[in-house]
Amino acid sequence: MGSLLSLPVVISALELGFIYALVALALFLSYSILNIADLSTDGCFTLGCAVGAQVAIMGHPVLALFAAMLAGICSGYIMASLQTKLGVESILAGIIVNTGLYTVNLAVMGFSSNLSLFKCDTIFSLLKNVFGATWYKLITAIIVVVIVCLILAWFLGTRLGLSIRATGDNADMVKASSINPGFTITVGLCVSSAMTALSGCLIGQYQKSCDINLGTGMVTIALASLIIGETLIGKGTMFKRIVGVILGSCLYRFAIAIALRLHIPAECLKLVSAVIVAVAIASPYLKKQIAFQRRKMAAVSARKGGGSGC
Amino acid sequence: MLKLTKVKKTFNIGTVNEKVALDGVSLTVENGEFATIIGSNGAGKSTLFNCIAGSFYVDEGSVELDGTDITYVPDYKRATEIGRLFQDPMRGTAPHMTIEENLALAYLRASKSGRGSAFSRISKEQRSYFRERLSLLGMGLEDRMKQPVGLLSGGQRQALTLLMAATLVPPKILLLDEHTAALDPATAEKVLELTKNIVEENNLACLMITHNMHSALQMGNRTLMMDGGRIVLDISGEERRDLTVDGLLQKFSAGAGKELDNDRILFSK
Repeated sequence: MGSLLSLPVVISALELGFIYALVALALFLSYSILNIADLSTDGCFTLGCAVGAQVAIMGHPVLALFAAMLAGICSGYIMASLQTKLGVESILAGIIVNTGLYTVNLAVMGFSSNLSLFKCDTIFSLLKNVFGATWYKLITAIIVVVIVCLILAWFLGTRLGLSIRATGDNADMVKASSINPGFTITVGLCVSSAMTALSGCLIGQYQKSCDINLGTGMVTIALASLIIGETLIGKGTMFKRIVGVILGSCLYRFAIAIALRLHIPAECLKLVSAVIVAVAIASPYLKKQIAFQRRKMAAVSARKGGGSGC
Repeated sequence: MLKLTKVKKTFNIGTVNEKVALDGVSLTVENGEFATIIGSNGAGKSTLFNCIAGSFYVDEGSVELDGTDITYVPDYKRATEIGRLFQDPMRGTAPHMTIEENLALAYLRASKSGRGSAFSRISKEQRSYFRERLSLLGMGLEDRMKQPVGLLSGGQRQALTLLMAATLVPPKILLLDEHTAALDPATAEKVLELTKNIVEENNLACLMITHNMHSALQMGNRTLMMDGGRIVLDISGEERRDLTVDGLLQKFSAGAGKELDNDRILFSK
C-alpha cells in the first residue's frame, strides 16, 4: 500500500474527498432525507463553479463562495417550484433544470467553454502563507466542510430541519402537523443546491479553472460517496450519518487514486466510477443474500446429516 | 363545533365510473359530542372525513368549524384544528425519526400561538412535557424517547399517533377512521380506552368510523349510519341507550329502505 499511495497522493485524495463531500451531503439531504432524486446536481455544480470563478476573477475569492451558494439556491428554488407549484415529477424537474442550466452556465462564463483563474487569488492561495505549502489546500477544504457540516447538523435538529426530515419519511404526517410539504421541499432543495454550488466553487478555485463540462457525472460520483458512507456507517444520529458521508467521499477518492496509480487511463475513470457505484449500492443486498445462503446451506446439510443418522 | 351543509362529492365525473360519494350531507357536531359512524364499504364514511380534513375539496356545499368557513382552506392549514387517525398505524408517524422528534413535530401545531420558531430546537421543558404525556399511555414509551418510531408495534404507534393528534395540542375536532381495525383485540381495547379518556378529558368533538357494531353503540353519545353517500340514521340520547345491535340493524334496513343482513354489510357483532 505504501508504494501505491505516497503522501502527495493521499493529500490530494483527501482534498478532493472533502471538497466533493459537499455534493454528497447535498444528495444526502435531497436523496436520503427528502427522498427526491435531484438530477440538476450536474448543472448546479458547474453553475457554482462558473459564478464563483467570475467573482474570484473580479478579485473577491471569499465573496465567490457566497455568490455561488446564492446561485445554487436560485437553481434549487426553480427545481422545487417546478415540483411543488407546477406539478412536474421530481426526476423530470431535475432534468429540465439541468438542461436549462447548461445555457445559463455558458452565459455566466461569458459564452466561452472555460475560464482560467491562474492570475487571480483564490481562498486557497490566500491561506497558503498561514498553513504552509504542503497542507494549505487540505486544511482550507476541511475548514469549509466542517463549518458546513456543523451548520447542517444543527439545522436538521431545528423544527424546520425536523419538518424537512419528516417530509421524506411521511408526508401525510407533515401535513397533519400543519406544515406545507411544498414549503419544506423548497427549503430542502435550496439548501442542498447551495451545498452543490459551493462544492463547484471550491473545485474551480482549487484547480484554478472552470470548464462547462465540469459537472458531468457529478450526481453519480456523489451518489457513490453517499452510498459508500451509508453502507459503512449505517443508520444513527444525524451527525454520525454526516460524518459517514464525508468518509464515503474520501474513500471514493482513494479508490480513484488507486485506480490511477494502477495505470488505468483517465478516459476510463467514468466507467470505474460507475462500477464503484454499482458495487457500493449492491453490496448491502449481496451481504444479506450471502448470509442467508450460508444459513440455508448450513440448515440443509444439518437436516441431511440428521436424516442419514436415523 | 363542526357544521357541514349539503356537502356533495362525486368522483370520476363524466365517465362510466362516475360515483356519487357524498349526496348532500348535512351534519352538525357540537363540542363534547362523540359520534360513531357505521356503514358498509362505499357508503361515503371516509369521503366524509376527507372532506372535513381537506384531503380534497367538496363539489358543493360548505364546511364550517366553530363558525369559520373552511371549505377552501388547504388540508395542512386545517390540521391545526383537526386531528385525524387512520386505520393504518404507519400513516400517522415518521418511522425513521425518534419518538421525541415525532412529538416535537406534532407540537408544531401549537406554534401558531407563539411556542417556538422555525430555528428553535427541542427544549428541556418540552422534553419533560413530552415525557409526562407519554407516561399517560402506560406503555413505557417515556423511556424510549430517543428510539426511532419504526421500532414500535402497531398498537404503540397508534397510541403515539393518538397522543400527537389529540392531546399534545388539543384540536377542535378529532376524526378516527377505523383506528383500531389493524390492531389485535387486546391492544384495540386499550387504544379505544385511551381514545375515550382523551376525548372526555379535552371535551373534543369526535367522529369515529367503526365496523364494530358493539363499539359503535358503546363508545360516545351519538351514532350515525351512512349508506349511498347519505346519513340514513342519526340516533342519540335515550333512544340510543336502549338500542341493541339487532335493533340497530333493523333501524338500518328501515333507514336505507332495503333489506340487509349482518354479514352482507361486513359488520361484526
